[in-house]
Amino acid sequence: MRKIIEIEKLTIDFELENRILRACDNVSLDIYENEIVAIIGESGSGKSTLASGILNLVRSPGKISSGQVHYIAVDGASTNILQMSPSEENVFRWKEISTVFQAAQNALNPVLKVKDHFIETVLAHESDQTIDMILKKAEEVLRFVRLDKSVLEYYPHQLSGGMKQRVLIAMSLILDPKVILLDEPTTALDVVTQYYILQLLSNIQKELGITLIFLTHDIAVVSQVANRIVVMYAGEVVERGFTKDVLGMPSHPYTKGLVDAIPNLKDDITKRKAIVGSPPDLTQTFTKCKFTERCFVYKEGHCEGIKKKTEQLYPTGLEKYTRCYTWAEAYDAQKKPKERVSNG
Amino acid sequence: MTAILSVENMGIAFDSRSEKNKQVHVLHDIDLAIEQGEIIALVGESGSGKTTLGKVMVGLFEPTSGSLKYKGKEISKLNKKEFRQYRLDVQMVHQDSFAALNPNRTIFQSLSLPLIQNKIVKNTQEAMNLLIDYFNEVGLLPADQFLSKYPHQLSGGQRQRILLARALSVKPKVIVADEPVSMVDVSLRIAIIDLMTRMNQKYNISFVYITHDLATARYVAKNGRLAVMYLGEIVETNQIKAAIDYPTHPYFQALIAAVPEHIGTAGDTEIKDLPLRTLDMPSITNPPSGCRFHTRCPYYKERCKLEAPELRSYKGGLVSCHFAEEIDVLHRKQQKLTDLINTPVTMN
Repeated sequence: MRKIIEIEKLTIDFELENRILRACDNVSLDIYENEIVAIIGESGSGKSTLASGILNLVRSPGKISSGQVHYIAVDGASTNILQMSPSEENVFRWKEISTVFQAAQNALNPVLKVKDHFIETVLAHESDQTIDMILKKAEEVLRFVRLDKSVLEYYPHQLSGGMKQRVLIAMSLILDPKVILLDEPTTALDVVTQYYILQLLSNIQKELGITLIFLTHDIAVVSQVANRIVVMYAGEVVERGFTKDVLGMPSHPYTKGLVDAIPNLKDDITKRKAIVGSPPDLTQTFTKCKFTERCFVYKEGHCEGIKKKTEQLYPTGLEKYTRCYTWAEAYDAQKKPKERVSNG
Repeated sequence: MTAILSVENMGIAFDSRSEKNKQVHVLHDIDLAIEQGEIIALVGESGSGKTTLGKVMVGLFEPTSGSLKYKGKEISKLNKKEFRQYRLDVQMVHQDSFAALNPNRTIFQSLSLPLIQNKIVKNTQEAMNLLIDYFNEVGLLPADQFLSKYPHQLSGGQRQRILLARALSVKPKVIVADEPVSMVDVSLRIAIIDLMTRMNQKYNISFVYITHDLATARYVAKNGRLAVMYLGEIVETNQIKAAIDYPTHPYFQALIAAVPEHIGTAGDTEIKDLPLRTLDMPSITNPPSGCRFHTRCPYYKERCKLEAPELRSYKGGLVSCHFAEEIDVLHRKQQKLTDLINTPVTMN
């Protein structure tokens, strides 16, 4: 598969009064064409900050302290997103990468009709289009999300939560982007709508070959559609790999904790347990592994939590990496590679 | 045994905003009784009326028809003292923990007021001690530190615990919890839910757990009951395990199908269609004739359009569907087939 976005050692800091909050800490990540990646993490884990980094949308007091984000076009030309001029950015955003923002309820302007949102968006990026062309295209993308063209004449308050979310997804498609970033696309929707939105997105991805990047905390929901999962904790990528490998056999104590914390409809309920404690304060200077406070491996004395050793990722399987060196050591020691359960 | 809180034939109608002299029947003919110490999970899509039912139970909305009874007595006929006791005994935990606390007051100011007003404690010192006890109970440690904080200084999980402590501090008999974990991070949800079950066991408090998340409902009400709501009506109730293992109402079957089954097996499988004819819920202002679910039901027949089904006994629970028996047979057959297809893949 072809790389489409290459994030290299991206660090994003927020300068607060006399403190610095490191929301994204040395994140390196490759996104491939035509895949569905889910970036998972709790609130405050830095996933939304990472997204704004990818789009070069980091606003003061935040700033990109170091690192690069490359976008690789179909012809192989690579551009550093972080060094684009405003006019280049304007062409790049929405046509190459578009977004569906969090909280669909608030992302639409209440005094504008749905069609005006489409018109405004398109004209901001391609000023040579006529209104008729835009509306025709809008009807087409609305069909993808199974909405009738009559919604174009509606105001946002006349739509239900699920419909608003679908309008936003349609809007993200209007300039035929290669990549769509979706920030919590299903939160605040009920189960049936959630299911529907996921189904739509998965079909769109198959039909149009668009790369989707999900940012969410809802593992159960996203694991239905994502090919790859990236787990973030306290601004760092702590584990990544194929969905069924990561969730089926986690190799970081945080991922393990997350998988154990999610109730479902069939499991033995007594096995479910929350991860103890709460996420760390990111303004501190860490002297140990960032997860130690909540880590059962550390607490049971199997690991010293040496910070230095957590500054790289270790392989624990095919295309699977973890930041937990103790887990990686255990994996290496075991090393008689178990045969992967194939679906064939 | 008489139920501690019950609604009978209850309906509620609001004045329509768009059309004058027209009323919107948000809840229709609801019967539900809560026993002391019982946990009931109330599930349904957004707009099904579950929050409204919760608010009726705590006395925030007055039913327009039918009755709400507390300890067997009609609420509207309680005298002042009894009514006060009812309001104390039935507490609510709201969904949005940020909106439920006054941002201009410290936690202690917010939480001590009801205690003093209702003469549960004599002075602020006693209130302080009592709250510290409850904070310890709900796992807010160190307790005295939280009392002087403002809501914005706390995380969502902490605020939710504070709301629970607030509800507990007046020694209630029933707590209506409206989506208490939907805004809490996944890794902490179970902790809050465990806390609720512990309080249920320790103080024998009844819980009404309102949610759209079936997985957590199953977790909260392990030994309790489940009531499924659709468009302002209860369409199915049963013991939770039986209900989830063998859903009988077609709507509930669809709800269960929408819940991601096991995590980690995905990625390669196609997402199948839900057993629904349309995903959009009809408007409550103009509900469908006959069975309210017929516009979305995959099994619907002519009769469903004309005649509204009654809530009737079926296999240990209650269901409102004309064709529950036939659908049950069909559904089980299908279930067996999918299980068969899935077994070789889900080995451990």
